[in-house]
Amino acid sequence: MSGQGHRTPSAPRLAVWKFASCDGCQLSLLDCEDELLAVAQALDIAYFPEATRAPIRGNYDLSLVEGSITTPHDAERIQDVRRRSRALVTIGACATSGGVQALRNFANVCEYASIVYARPDYIHTLATSTPISDHVKVDFELRGCPIDKGQLIEVISAFLAGRKPATPSHSVCLQCKLKGNVCVMVAHGTPCLGPVTHAGCGALCPSYDRGCYGCFGPMETPNAPSLSARLSSLGMDERALQRVYRTFNAQAEAFREESERHDE
Amino acid sequence: MRTETQRSVVRDNDERISNPRFETMDKGMAEARSIVDAAGLEALRGQGYALIGPTVRDEAIVYDEIATLDDLPRGVGDEQDGGHYRLTRRNDEALFGYVVGPQSWKKLLHPPVLRLWRARREGDELRVEAEPARVEKFAFIGARSCELHAIAIQDRVFLGGAYADPHYRARREDVFIVAVNCGVAGGACFCVSMDTGPKATMGFDIALTEIVAGSSFLVEIGTDAGRALLDSLPHRAASASETEEAEAILAHTAENMGRSLEAGDVRELLARNLDHPRWDDVAARCLACTNCTMVCPTCFCTSVEDASDLTGLESERSRRWDSCFTLDFSYIHGGSVRQSVKSRYRQWMTHKLSTWYDQFGSSGCVGCGRCIVWCPVGIDLTEEARAIRESDAQKGAT
Repeated sequence: MSGQGHRTPSAPRLAVWKFASCDGCQLSLLDCEDELLAVAQALDIAYFPEATRAPIRGNYDLSLVEGSITTPHDAERIQDVRRRSRALVTIGACATSGGVQALRNFANVCEYASIVYARPDYIHTLATSTPISDHVKVDFELRGCPIDKGQLIEVISAFLAGRKPATPSHSVCLQCKLKGNVCVMVAHGTPCLGPVTHAGCGALCPSYDRGCYGCFGPMETPNAPSLSARLSSLGMDERALQRVYRTFNAQAEAFREESERHDE
Repeated sequence: MRTETQRSVVRDNDERISNPRFETMDKGMAEARSIVDAAGLEALRGQGYALIGPTVRDEAIVYDEIATLDDLPRGVGDEQDGGHYRLTRRNDEALFGYVVGPQSWKKLLHPPVLRLWRARREGDELRVEAEPARVEKFAFIGARSCELHAIAIQDRVFLGGAYADPHYRARREDVFIVAVNCGVAGGACFCVSMDTGPKATMGFDIALTEIVAGSSFLVEIGTDAGRALLDSLPHRAASASETEEAEAILAHTAENMGRSLEAGDVRELLARNLDHPRWDDVAARCLACTNCTMVCPTCFCTSVEDASDLTGLESERSRRWDSCFTLDFSYIHGGSVRQSVKSRYRQWMTHKLSTWYDQFGSSGCVGCGRCIVWCPVGIDLTEEARAIRESDAQKGAT
């Protein structure tokens, strides 16, 4: 892709930006194999370092932003991205809640750096990993670690049609029930974060007999303390309870508060 | 005034539901009892029905297509309590030795997700294509009495009134129902309290009582179609002792309900306790995860979603189960009406046990206990009702 395909002449310009992240979410766009040509036709893919040969400078109609803010440089760069973007949509847990790298928020980042790097003095990093919305106005947040490619296409389609994306914020449980899944927690005693987790993955793990890991972050009105009491009766100790909320969405408010409640 | 209007609507509805298939069966038809063996359960094969019955999947009993007798859960029992469900091994070969599982017939008559129409732009024209109604007829094997009552309730919801749901009607019409009288009571069952079981008294073509585990069934006839089926099977007249045995089994089931609910005045009890402190108590436990509403065989709410593709040429509208526990459910201009979980739980429970009477002329609860068992934290509406009763705002005054 060069950004010069057979798209409609006035196609909106798309940019895909990367901040502190693993690239998995933006690669979800390339993973949309069946829809990729339609995307390239409907949008002018103007800036996408993972996929294009040459970036096009200027302004963008739709910016997809992956990753969290972890460096002083990125804290400035996101301001520039915002200025160049008509609509800014964050994609994934890093951009939306700070990602797994927000574990630093619960510790001393200098200590981490001294363990990981031979020359920690070369590292210019912030004490925290924070979501994009802490820095600039965000028009829409797409959840997930990684995002669901069907939901990404839905968000792009909704943007093109000028409508609201259908990405419900209820629990994963509702998706399980729509699929006819047997509840892994009630029927098998498997600890599951589904009741407090935002839908969007299609109840992937419970569909394969696993408990939900909370990759999509907290649902609209999460009641984590009540779920924790249940998880505790299923055999999880305080340490396990702290860790179960402290993964890809550790910084998301409801999960952060609940993990802190189980701090030893 | 609102209540009066709704009641008159219910009366109109009752008159409109004139299709005898949806009516209470004539109890007079169940005169002579017969006995069939287990092989008779296969009689509906090859008669053009999609045969749906209980089968074991993922360590639970679900309703799915069954091909032969071997697909039924032979020798399987279950253990049920608040937030707890386990299959157990029975010490006999019973084919129906368990109670209701996580699913109900709702998933077939009122599917979780249903496309309503598709539209396509062709030049200047917009072509809209309505989703065709289902043609293949269902036969339900093993529907329990509480479930027959739940189906009757959904019949009133979807077929009563001026606007019958065409998809529900197409799926519901001519369903052949083989009911099974419950030989055991589940840990969360309370059909006796709701007067909906354990014996099937309406809404079936044929009803069975498993009198010898896995092999011998006492048959009652509910409709002409049921009689025709029985006539096509090897059967013999039931002896007096076999009929007594069936009655004894049902009496034993009725005496062993896992739960109970004082249903007589619960409608009024809840209506006068909308500010009871217990609603705060249950809200602290409630996850608002929607499981209770999803597993409830009478909950019928849906959300309608539109989808468009990247090209803007194709679009479709679908509906899916929704729940009064989500924020979107009560979203109107400016926000959600029921922001607090307290208001959502209260809405659900008072609708089920109280305002359902105003709207549809009956309780919305059939005492199946699914909402108790499949609540991840085991919230028990019979317990919630009891707690409210114990400190009823007007206790002593009424």
